[in-house]
Amino acid sequence: MPGSPDVVVVGAGVVGAACAEALSAAGRRVVVVDRGAPASGTTGAGEGNVLVSDKEPGPELRLAQVSRELWPDLLAGLREEIGPSAAEAEWDPKGGLVAALGDADAEALAAFAATQRDQGVRAEDITPRRARELEPHLTPRVSGAVLYPDDAQLQPVLAATALLAAVRARGGEVRAHTAALGVRRDRSGAVAALATSAGDIPCGAVVNACGPWSGAFAEAAGVALDIRPRRGVVLVTAPLPPGTVRRKVYDADYVGAVGSDDADLQTSTVVESTAAGTVLIGSSRERVGFDDTMRVHVLRAIARKAAALFPVLERVPVMRAYGGFRPYAPDHLPVIGPDPRLPGLWHATGHEGAGIGLAAGTARLLADLVTGADPVLDPAPFRVDRPALLAEATA
Amino acid sequence: MNRIAVIGAGPAGLAAARSAAAAGADVCVIDAEPAPGGQYLRRDALAGARAHDPATALPPGVEHRPDTVVWAIEPVPGGHRLHLRTGPADDPGRTGATVDTRALVLATGAHDRALPFPGWDLPGVFTAGAAQALAKAQRLAVGERVLLAGTGPFLLPVARSLLDAGARITAVLEAGEPVTGWLRDPAGVLAGSGKLGELAGHLAALARHRVPYRPRTTVVAAHGRDAVEAATTVRLDRDWNPVPGTERRVEADAVCVGFGFTPQTELAVAAGCAMAEGFVRVDAAQATSVPGVFAAGELTGIGGAALSAAEGEVAGAAAARLVGRDPRPPLAALRRVRRGRRFAAALAAAHPVRPGWTTWLAEDTLVCRCEEVGAGELRAAARERAASAARPLKLVTRAGLGPCQGRVCGRNVAELLGDPRLADGFARRPIAAPVRLGELAAGNTADGTNTCAGPR
Repeated sequence: MPGSPDVVVVGAGVVGAACAEALSAAGRRVVVVDRGAPASGTTGAGEGNVLVSDKEPGPELRLAQVSRELWPDLLAGLREEIGPSAAEAEWDPKGGLVAALGDADAEALAAFAATQRDQGVRAEDITPRRARELEPHLTPRVSGAVLYPDDAQLQPVLAATALLAAVRARGGEVRAHTAALGVRRDRSGAVAALATSAGDIPCGAVVNACGPWSGAFAEAAGVALDIRPRRGVVLVTAPLPPGTVRRKVYDADYVGAVGSDDADLQTSTVVESTAAGTVLIGSSRERVGFDDTMRVHVLRAIARKAAALFPVLERVPVMRAYGGFRPYAPDHLPVIGPDPRLPGLWHATGHEGAGIGLAAGTARLLADLVTGADPVLDPAPFRVDRPALLAEATA
Repeated sequence: MNRIAVIGAGPAGLAAARSAAAAGADVCVIDAEPAPGGQYLRRDALAGARAHDPATALPPGVEHRPDTVVWAIEPVPGGHRLHLRTGPADDPGRTGATVDTRALVLATGAHDRALPFPGWDLPGVFTAGAAQALAKAQRLAVGERVLLAGTGPFLLPVARSLLDAGARITAVLEAGEPVTGWLRDPAGVLAGSGKLGELAGHLAALARHRVPYRPRTTVVAAHGRDAVEAATTVRLDRDWNPVPGTERRVEADAVCVGFGFTPQTELAVAAGCAMAEGFVRVDAAQATSVPGVFAAGELTGIGGAALSAAEGEVAGAAAARLVGRDPRPPLAALRRVRRGRRFAAALAAAHPVRPGWTTWLAEDTLVCRCEEVGAGELRAAARERAASAARPLKLVTRAGLGPCQGRVCGRNVAELLGDPRLADGFARRPIAAPVRLGELAAGNTADGTNTCAGPR
């Protein structure tokens, strides 16, 4: 790349890749650095959820709706630009089906879906019988269900690497195995360069897209940012005949776990098949720091709920389990935008288990803010100096 | 909790169980096979009928859990918990159990390595170890015109087992330098190990059966419609690049390949043991980097049955000491380990897998057979998707995500892409053996805990 980049994105997961793509599409010269390989952290351990179903009305749902609209166009643009093979990301707008297994859950689910409809979500109340027509292997115990036609699936690693391929095609650079160590400031105190394990990269702006490691990078740059890891584990079965599981199917208690502050193990069932025929079963949420020890009681809890939802899965061999760390902020909202404490530093992090889905909207919002364009949605709820974050940071 | 669990009942595991039991420790041996002995001491069909076999017998009081896989291992206060399933993998009636152990000896061994080449996925292509197992366990000859190709001295006992079972071997092809080199150095690393006599015996058997032994030669393609009918052999240069013009088409109904061994490290990796170049790192007492976990045998380096047994004896004594017993220092075994390691190091140096093998592959040669991923696809993923770590590479290509979970293809993928570190990522398998969702869901209620309680 001739001359220095305008922006260096730290983190080559799906959020960093999407930000780099959006910034390069806006004409910025971009370098992406990652201490490991692209998509080898949180993204590589993700399920690939592009969901509107699991979000309560509010700013995160708004971001999810914007993202859901952007993803198909974004991927179509990549296909045009770098070709269908390099842009392949296994996008599948298969829809989601949330099933309640008790009367209380069914009522709660119906009430929740009604509030989502008020914010423009397509959420269709269906009878248990209809649910079992749509998903023939669903348990007969289903007591109520909601269909979300806009829920979709992406293969996270393919999505991230396709976005990065576009960045490279436009003259940007992706420097893997290069660790970001901090930022250099100019006399005014603004960002002048990113310090890395391979030397300084002079630049006008740095985007912190380090996922669960965002807090550590912010600290190295000299500002506090309260982003913590939450561990999630996904089970993968042997391939099953097509049609065994047709949509993303969740237990209605999924909604409860996402925004929860409970440190103990939580599991909520998400069952879906992949292009390869395997079934992914997620997922757990645990606060165990960065401890990646696989715990059998976690696997058992996930398995129990999946078998309750789809009894047919009981006989299916589980081939592997993978775990990762999801980044979350104390108020469970992403952090997107400039850091007023350090001019030139931007954040795009804190997406918890929804980073794959929210990446497209996050990237567009960030690029709008960087270029001064009209923001695609209200950025205020995501700003880094919101009270909920500052309170935690100073506590 | 004060019990020692030994995983694997090959030479290393048996020796560990014996030495720990001799020191008075409670020992439980967990093994995937129906009878103790592992790959090396696999009894042949007739010998298996014998009631008592001193070579594979366990001392009285040692609990033996055959047909049992350890599918997960996790730390618990004061030791480790092993999660077991007993019974055939496809049997819905197999049972679960957990074992808590303060000292754990991993003796999970190694499986032999095949290198991919065009046609290696045809019926009639075997790993050398699989062909030997058929010959020894079922007296089954894999073919009438067998080509045996690979590298290292292990090819010779395989050839002999095949001949004993009635197979006819067209040639034994050593890709590297001939093992006869060892015979010219009687005072070298093999001195006193008994290996020289073994080698000479195997070579004599080949000569008796008029089986040619060809160094710097290998099989680079297998041909046939539904099964192997012929193979292309070729001379190799020092780096294992084919020498142009030396290709020969040879009729064959079976091709057996063995290019050294790959250790079965998933349980060691899951336990968090530090690794070095694909093997578990151990100290002089066979202790791994994880307190309470010992490793013995091929897991720590490829050195053969005698070294494995010596390491097992040392590990068993160290494990017994950890649980409060007072074993005699295994001085003789320690000496055998030191001598054996010299041999193992020389073996590794003399019979390396050279990088030229990657030139034998066509673009569409499958490297991962389970998920049918070709060499060209893997190279493209590394290039176009910048997939430079194991997880992204697996998810982009699906290599290593099939039934074998990368056991066969992990190292080959890593070497093909020129990044040996990738192999470590393929060895990470926290679910070490498939387990049915229903078995997982049934949970601890169906699994008696601590059922491996030693003598009852």
